Amino acid sequence: MLEAKPLHPLHAVLLASAFPLFLGALLSDLAYAQSYEIQWKNFASWLIAGGLVFSALAFLWALIALLRHAPRRGLPLVYCLFLLAGWILGFVNALIHAKDAWASMPEAVILSVIVVAIVGASTWLGFSTLRAGATR
Amino acid sequence: MTYPILISIAAPLVFLAACNGNPEPQQYGPEPALPKPQRGLLPSMKIAEPASWGDQRPAVPPGYAVAAIATDLQIPRQTLVLPNGDILVAEGRGGGAPTLTPKDVIAGVIKARGTSSVQGGDRLTLLRDADGDGVYETRTVFAANLNAPYGLALVGDKLYIANQDALVRFEYRAGQTTASGPPVKITDLPSSINHHWTKALTASPDGLFLYVGIGSNSNITERGMPAETDRAMVWQVDARTGAHRPFATGLRNPTALTTQPSTGQVWAAVNERDEIGPDLVPDYVTSVRAGGFYGWPYSYWGQNVDTRVRPQDSQKVASAIPPDYGLGSHVATLGLAFSAPTMGASFANGLFVGEHGSWNRNPPAGYKVIFVPFAADRPTGPAVDFVTGFRGEDGKTRGRPVGVTVDPRGALLVADDLSNTLWRVTPVAGVAAGASAASSTPSR
Repeated sequence: MLEAKPLHPLHAVLLASAFPLFLGALLSDLAYAQSYEIQWKNFASWLIAGGLVFSALAFLWALIALLRHAPRRGLPLVYCLFLLAGWILGFVNALIHAKDAWASMPEAVILSVIVVAIVGASTWLGFSTLRAGATR
Repeated sequence: MTYPILISIAAPLVFLAACNGNPEPQQYGPEPALPKPQRGLLPSMKIAEPASWGDQRPAVPPGYAVAAIATDLQIPRQTLVLPNGDILVAEGRGGGAPTLTPKDVIAGVIKARGTSSVQGGDRLTLLRDADGDGVYETRTVFAANLNAPYGLALVGDKLYIANQDALVRFEYRAGQTTASGPPVKITDLPSSINHHWTKALTASPDGLFLYVGIGSNSNITERGMPAETDRAMVWQVDARTGAHRPFATGLRNPTALTTQPSTGQVWAAVNERDEIGPDLVPDYVTSVRAGGFYGWPYSYWGQNVDTRVRPQDSQKVASAIPPDYGLGSHVATLGLAFSAPTMGASFANGLFVGEHGSWNRNPPAGYKVIFVPFAADRPTGPAVDFVTGFRGEDGKTRGRPVGVTVDPRGALLVADDLSNTLWRVTPVAGVAAGASAASSTPSR
């Protein structure tokens, strides 16, 4: 019988931090698109950088947990893959935000929406599913 | 279709083929080829890999000699030849724009690898060759404690220096090797942020007006529109009162200004925008029309709209003047000097242009001094190389040309801010009749 085990508190902080940062980037992108005020784009760039740091650490933690505890399948694996996909697209989004001024649009908004969705799903999975190592 | 049209299309192709696989596109002249803008996830990049000159020297055409007349300078940028033959060298490193984005952090680290690690001198060095043998045996600090001095101009006994934040003036007496006192400020210059910090300078022939080149505060408005107030333009400054007005605008980074001796016309070398492809946008030289708008940021080369700018301005785009003569994209024109008959028959009439080379092109372009031939006071025909070899066959970069200055005695001075050297290119005897005779009797 599988038994739910909560995320390690530090892992939980890393995972929970990524989502609002990427969400803030999306909101800043929308503000830039509305106002042409470049400072919103600067905010978005830094928020994405922060989101990348936290999601990378959360991914590494999840990966190590996955590797250390069989079985390496099921929802723990899906959680891991979602985090990885979110990070990769987030990194691409960072490069797109590095295009000067309006050159990042509209791709920046589109990718920010996708990244928020994927990282949001990762967060949901991470907090609600059984993890590798739950059954020992 | 008529033959002249066919020829005008074919001629650049032939010239390109003649370049022996040279990857630089044919972008010389008044109507350079402008491909569609393009930009991948990363901009194309090639950072110079510095190496020392050792026994090597820049390459000059047959019949010319090159010598290093000053080494171990502290970031030489522009030079000025005084009436007695002495040379003033402006040394310094300006800028220091704040890092606003993660990109600024990363790009700052990468670009610094391609420049000198020496600290900028913030001074003027004076070089003197008293016996006219081509060896500048006297070297003094003419003035220190300046703020990234760049543009230099002498009118009568007034020596004008464009620091990165102010236009200042020294009283100059013939034969001086050090300034007699601190400079007098004529006017402040726009220096907030100072993304493009160099302040180019030239004077009207009568000395009443000074023209100051002020670069944009961004590549293409990525620091916001308010940061571009009083930027990307040439100021006309009243030499006596310091009052100024915009003389011409929309010039992204007018890094060198000079006054055409035969006409009194102000000419500018302008660095155009980056990150829309290896062959956009050509840097250029142009005569600067009073009241003219040259496109930046809204458009380039006339009416080619830059979609990276918001809000757009179709009226400004419609009013944009195409510049006179393209020199190729990302060559980074930083030096500009009209030639003189003492430079030899092949290079007697035209413009020398120093090309620093840019990070934003792979393979790189520029890294040389070229010559744009003139006829009837206008550029004509393709530019030709004059000093090359700054970037070696081995891919290492030994020097990066900045300011170029014609010594009327028959020499071209080339400031090199990577190896911190001042190069002097001279026609050897026979190339320029009278040049050697003139240099043996310096007017002192």
